[in-house]
Amino acid sequence: MIKNVLGRELPDEINGRKTIPFMGVGKYRPEGKKAAPPIPTCADYPPDGNKVVSSLREAFEKCGLRDGMTISAHHHFRNGDKVINKIFDVAHEMGVKDLTFIPSALFPCHEPLIDHLKNGTIHHIEGSLNGPLGRFCSEGKMRGMGVLRSHGGRYQAIQDGEVHIDIAVIAAPCADPFGNANGVFGKSACGLLGFALADSQYADRVIVVTDNLVDFPCAPFQIHGNLVDYVVVMDEIGDPTKIVSGTTQITKSPDRLYIAELIARFIRDSGIMRDGFSFQAGAGGTSLAFAVFLKEMMKEAGVKARFIRGGSNKYLVEMLEEGLTDYILDGQTFDLAGVESIRNHPNKHITTSPFTSYNYHSKGNFASMVDAVVLGATEVDINFNANVVTHSDGVLLHGIGGWQNCLFSKCTILAVPSFRDRIPVIVDEVTTLCGPGELIDVIVTERGIAINPRREDLIESVKNSDLPIRKIEEIKEEVEDICGGKPQKPNWGDKFVAAIKWVDGTVIDAVKNVIF
Amino acid sequence: METKSATCGRKGEGVRSDCFVKIEKISGNSIELDISSKVERLYGDKIREDVLQILNFYNLEGIKLTLQDFGALPFVLFARIECAIKRLFPEIKRDFLPPLNKGVKTKCIRERFRRSRLYLPGNEPKFMINAGIHKPDGIILDLEDSVSPDEKDAARILVRNALRSINFYESEKMVRINQLPMGLGDLEEIVPQPVELILIPKCETEEDVINVDKKISELEEKSGRKEKILLMPIIESAKGIMNAYKIAGASKRNVALTIGLEDYTADIGAERTEEGRESFYARSVIVNAAKSFHLQAIDTVYSDVSNMEGLKKATLEAKSLGFEGKGCIHPRQIKVIHEAFKPTEKEVEKAMKIAKAIEEAKKRGSGVISLGSKMVDPPVVKRAERILKLAKEMGLIQEGKND
Repeated sequence: MIKNVLGRELPDEINGRKTIPFMGVGKYRPEGKKAAPPIPTCADYPPDGNKVVSSLREAFEKCGLRDGMTISAHHHFRNGDKVINKIFDVAHEMGVKDLTFIPSALFPCHEPLIDHLKNGTIHHIEGSLNGPLGRFCSEGKMRGMGVLRSHGGRYQAIQDGEVHIDIAVIAAPCADPFGNANGVFGKSACGLLGFALADSQYADRVIVVTDNLVDFPCAPFQIHGNLVDYVVVMDEIGDPTKIVSGTTQITKSPDRLYIAELIARFIRDSGIMRDGFSFQAGAGGTSLAFAVFLKEMMKEAGVKARFIRGGSNKYLVEMLEEGLTDYILDGQTFDLAGVESIRNHPNKHITTSPFTSYNYHSKGNFASMVDAVVLGATEVDINFNANVVTHSDGVLLHGIGGWQNCLFSKCTILAVPSFRDRIPVIVDEVTTLCGPGELIDVIVTERGIAINPRREDLIESVKNSDLPIRKIEEIKEEVEDICGGKPQKPNWGDKFVAAIKWVDGTVIDAVKNVIF
Repeated sequence: METKSATCGRKGEGVRSDCFVKIEKISGNSIELDISSKVERLYGDKIREDVLQILNFYNLEGIKLTLQDFGALPFVLFARIECAIKRLFPEIKRDFLPPLNKGVKTKCIRERFRRSRLYLPGNEPKFMINAGIHKPDGIILDLEDSVSPDEKDAARILVRNALRSINFYESEKMVRINQLPMGLGDLEEIVPQPVELILIPKCETEEDVINVDKKISELEEKSGRKEKILLMPIIESAKGIMNAYKIAGASKRNVALTIGLEDYTADIGAERTEEGRESFYARSVIVNAAKSFHLQAIDTVYSDVSNMEGLKKATLEAKSLGFEGKGCIHPRQIKVIHEAFKPTEKEVEKAMKIAKAIEEAKKRGSGVISLGSKMVDPPVVKRAERILKLAKEMGLIQEGKND
């Protein structure tokens, strides 16, 4: 066992690789060259460009799927995905064992993967572990260790060769027989396919799966057919009603609306809201509501943003259409209004990917250029460290998504209730540390706003406002008074079940099994 | 047949911040606990400790306690258990008082703004906990219409504990008791607690107010309470309207008079309309009766929580009739109400001129305040002072800058 610079205990090895402990933000400097896929030759591919094969099984056979390989897939279909479960059903049918699965994220619809973890088809999953999958892993039942990476961290791990994808399966709402593909047309339209970009570039073999095959050329295309081995047509790759829904409802909770309003006021009163500024609003109900409050304040002040980082949703689209922002930068798309706007205003939506927005092995990225970002968390501690992957009871709950990458914004704001029912959110020490306090600037709760003491500039900027600025320790104490004292620690076992990667590939924390 | 078990609280889908308690008599003198909690892994030990503490307080043995907890805060847990115990053993009268939250202060202030008063159902903990952060001028823990008849005992205990435990910050802490005589029983539980104002529902005669006043005085003395509780009678019937003047003058504790239009319109046999012609007379009576005794006149509740435009209109109309406050049932309504009661620029300007005239009169050592060639009468001065106070509170003018 080793400890990293934040004092978190880590295993010496993670799935056979030596652990590199987190050293501090910007401290770890990798060396050498980036990874690269094998050199293909077009002599091996049909000159007429038709790469269609009859089934996923045939594609797997042609790709040489065998025991112990690493398979990847993206999560643009969110909870409506019908491809990921199918991948492992087919692999199981073929009798393949011990696969490593590297999804960009998973959703509750992927619960059937537990069967394949149990029957040996999948060895372990390196990707978000939610709901029943999270519990399965937290119970210590997964053979390998879960590895949780941010969207940018996934790109980084693929680029620096820590993760090598043997076969990537890319579900695409629209594709041609050559393998060019996009996410904007067809019944399963999801908007974008950026999360599959690294997979298409770095995997040994790439399979595109579609339910909407069009004649060449599929225009526009986000996935290049030149990187694709095979194309498979299926009846149904997703459930359109679940692909872009669920997270786009503005909260009705008066407490959360109050938090959203405080955030908007903070951005206004601190001077961040000015002509040409930029912000990001996430998918949660509070973040959406914040954008609505900010919109009114921008109109009142006659201020216009240069860009907003999406996921696009109808509220951001309204701002675009009302001229309150020049551009929306999209990494994914959260609702149908967003998908439609990408089709209607192709020059106002800038398609981004983990490469452009988040990647650590790039010569800069967009996330750090954003003036303010609003994110959530399950816990925040008095050192401003935050947790997004486990509950206070230590059970794996969420993936990291782009959360860690977004912390690099000029002003990172976490929108959290100070407690949920009787579960304190502002605590002495986070159960699992996903984001270091040095990058987290402002915590907005219904019981006041805490500004990180490192950010003297922000403290100064709002000192004459009527915002309820408080010390984070004060809020924590009030929460403990309300909830009836400090909460008990989780009932940890002694086995590491998951590692939490930082954006640079080092390990920021590790999660042990929980005894239920 | 002897009662063998009793329950209190709620369970099932959607129940949050509450719990369900069942207490059964069992043979022997042991205590059996069957506890399940949504927050078991965070507060399981504390919950067991609290349960034993209260069972110990009541010296109970030979019982089985089943608790299903959905994230109830300690004061809720205690209230539900106490109520279940009292339901099973009606002879038990002692109260189990949770510790007083050190942030809770009691200050009964006659002269304060009562623009918004937020009603909270007295038996629903989840709405109470964060009510104060929305900064209504007053928070009403309601024991009357929002509580079903068979939960009156549970609500009484819960409200009592909430008053001791929840910090409602700057909001005036109000309780609406039940109609008399049941309301007198409510007072016994509530008066010794950090409550600041009592609302008397369905007030029809001055005796209603006098009876409440007497009971409060008695209980204040008994409990050694120093801060004198204030009263706000609610008039909800034709008879009440006809007696409004007497009601307003019935107690020194009265600080405001309000009206409940739902019941009033039903009583006079009219339909309640958005326009409100049917209640114009009654509302004017309330205003006039209140002002006769320098009380505040407070308008009825606006209950359509989705119609913010309608709320704004109704509040502006109330203001135009002389009302100084409005009731609400959802935190998002508070801001709209406060906005509507905000003095207009013109009002502030005029008030500042009058304030200046007062200054000048003082300097001259004269009692006569004049604006130009016009003399300013005392009620106008009073109104100007009120407007300036409100303008200051709402940040329209800064302290010391009104000259």
